[in-house]
Amino acid sequence: MWDYSDKVKEHFFQPRNAGPLEDANGIGDVGSISCGDALRLMLKVEPETDIILDAHFQTFGCGSAIASSSALTEMIKGKTLDEALKVSNQDIADYLDGLPPEKMHCSVMGREALQAAVANYRGEVWSDDHEEGALVCKCFAVDAVMIEDTIRANNLSSVQDVTNYTKAGGGCSSCHEGIEEILAKVLSERGESFNPGAQPKEEAKPAGMTNLQRIKKIEAVLESVRPQLKRDGGDIELLDVDGKTIYVSMTGACAGCQMEALTLQGIQQKLMEELKEFIKIVPTKAGALTRASCHP
Amino acid sequence: MTGIYFDNNATTRVDPVVVEAMLPYFTEQFGNPSSMHSFGNKVGLAIKKARMQVQELLGAEHDSEIIFTSCGTESDSTALLSALKAQPERKEIITTTVEHPAILTLCAYLEKEGYKVHYLKVDGKGRLDLDEYKKLLSDQTAVVSVMWANNETGTFFPVVEMAELANAAGAMFHTDAVQAVGKVPLNLKDTKIDMLSVSGHKLHAPKGIGVLYLKRGTRFRPLLRGGHQERGRRAGTENTTSIVGLGRAAEMAMEAMAFENTEVARLRDKLEAGILAKVPSSFVTGDPSNRLPNTSNIAFEYIEGEAILLLLNKFGIAASSGSACTSGSLEPSHVMRAMGIPYTAAHGTVRFSLSRYSTEAEVDRVIAVVPEIIAQLRKLSPYWDGDKPKAEPDKAFAPTYA
Repeated sequence: MWDYSDKVKEHFFQPRNAGPLEDANGIGDVGSISCGDALRLMLKVEPETDIILDAHFQTFGCGSAIASSSALTEMIKGKTLDEALKVSNQDIADYLDGLPPEKMHCSVMGREALQAAVANYRGEVWSDDHEEGALVCKCFAVDAVMIEDTIRANNLSSVQDVTNYTKAGGGCSSCHEGIEEILAKVLSERGESFNPGAQPKEEAKPAGMTNLQRIKKIEAVLESVRPQLKRDGGDIELLDVDGKTIYVSMTGACAGCQMEALTLQGIQQKLMEELKEFIKIVPTKAGALTRASCHP
Repeated sequence: MTGIYFDNNATTRVDPVVVEAMLPYFTEQFGNPSSMHSFGNKVGLAIKKARMQVQELLGAEHDSEIIFTSCGTESDSTALLSALKAQPERKEIITTTVEHPAILTLCAYLEKEGYKVHYLKVDGKGRLDLDEYKKLLSDQTAVVSVMWANNETGTFFPVVEMAELANAAGAMFHTDAVQAVGKVPLNLKDTKIDMLSVSGHKLHAPKGIGVLYLKRGTRFRPLLRGGHQERGRRAGTENTTSIVGLGRAAEMAMEAMAFENTEVARLRDKLEAGILAKVPSSFVTGDPSNRLPNTSNIAFEYIEGEAILLLLNKFGIAASSGSACTSGSLEPSHVMRAMGIPYTAAHGTVRFSLSRYSTEAEVDRVIAVVPEIIAQLRKLSPYWDGDKPKAEPDKAFAPTYA
């Protein structure tokens, strides 16, 4: 059974704005019937103001697809089209208090339906530019197509390269066999064979960031999550930065909390987005390290 | 335990009688059966008894043909890898497109290792073409592995006949019978089946115990080497408690065999007819005239299975689905696809699998609940309109691939 949040369940059991929408003037049909998830988003837009007066959906799909559709309609109602288009798939997932990694594509589908519906309203043709593959890295929700394309585009040849470029394999490491298989396939296309001992490419330093700037950025991210931790009676402290490893100490109620691994995973995600590179976050207590990095 | 458990092909409840038989072997009878002292000796005798109970259920000629393993998957891997090791000159395997992943994933791996694997196709009802099979058998065939009953649809394959054909071609024959054992009367001594896999938890014994039946005289190479347990064919200290439990469960399965094939089958038929009568655009998958007595797999068109299961679960009803989402994969069940079931139906397949503990009241309750759930989800479906599918559903909703 999937580990769905209460919010996901609520939106699945009592979906908002389900069913056809009479006099809709923007319709987006996206999804893949072979994968088992497809969505029709219907918008009623006020032409003078571009405000979305109403939004409905019909979904062929699983619990989280229905919940994501329902959440999306709630989020965009009352917004102008331009405001609505700023809703990202992560916003949809956040609105639902998170989705399992295997289900993040449901929120992506929601965002794409929105783009398609807006394009339809504006008389444009929307075309999708990405293809989705089988999920390889469950820690960071990276699929096979993404890995394959990245290897090809950047001429990668080691698992470490793939982790540096896509984050895939940077967590629990159980997908390394799968990544090696993809590497072997792409390498054989270029007439090379996979060598497990290959040196990773020189890690590109994020442009123009000095160590000091980097540490300041890290501090800023920690600062931004601090109020939330304090609300729960805990805190986080930056101890050291050693290359890609960031050492922290969880204090107060956070120390040993069952949610610690999840919290750290969230912070790691934020840090990687800010620093635009793969990093590892290590709590200093023995034992906690494996939990943090292995949480699927 | 409240709730209605109709997912017995996934796993079954351990019968309390089985638990009772097992309990002494955790505490008083904790000895290692290999030990010389009386602590071990009594446990050794208990294993001997369990082996005979399993022998009886399988209709095996000798009790030494029973090898206890840790699960069905271990039995499957042991069988196939042994057949390949023992006959290095033969490089081909014949299996089917609808096997359990315990066989299919192993075969995909063996292909990478250089073996040639032939996958027999099935028709719309999940049946094999024996002529295709006969043509593939050759002196290159090391082993044929064909399941006795399909876990998703319950459809039987003619394994006894197929084993004869394999034998005539000099190939070994293995069958993954984890769904059939305990529900189908077996008499292995009169067949040419060389190897057969059993899983304890499918027949009210605990998880973590399995059996590989190995016909006397079949050339064998162990998967696990080490101590002399199981006559050196499966090293590792015996899972004594679970072996005792499986023995008792095998005896109970023998006693319940007729009941499974009459009463359980009647309940299954009632459930199926009751649902089909009330739900439009639904159909049974597999071969209803030739299948396990406890299994019904129904496709509910234009909706998705995980959503059905979540709503069933809300009503305390447990079943399973062939949708992609329930497994986290990108494709619906390979069994449904192999039968050519369209995507809009394959994603909406639900398997109900009963047991001898299922009751009439439970069946009535499921018949009452399912139509509501299906109607509720169809209201959300872009393919559905009122009380029927839209005209030309594929044209009414044709999403951009995303």
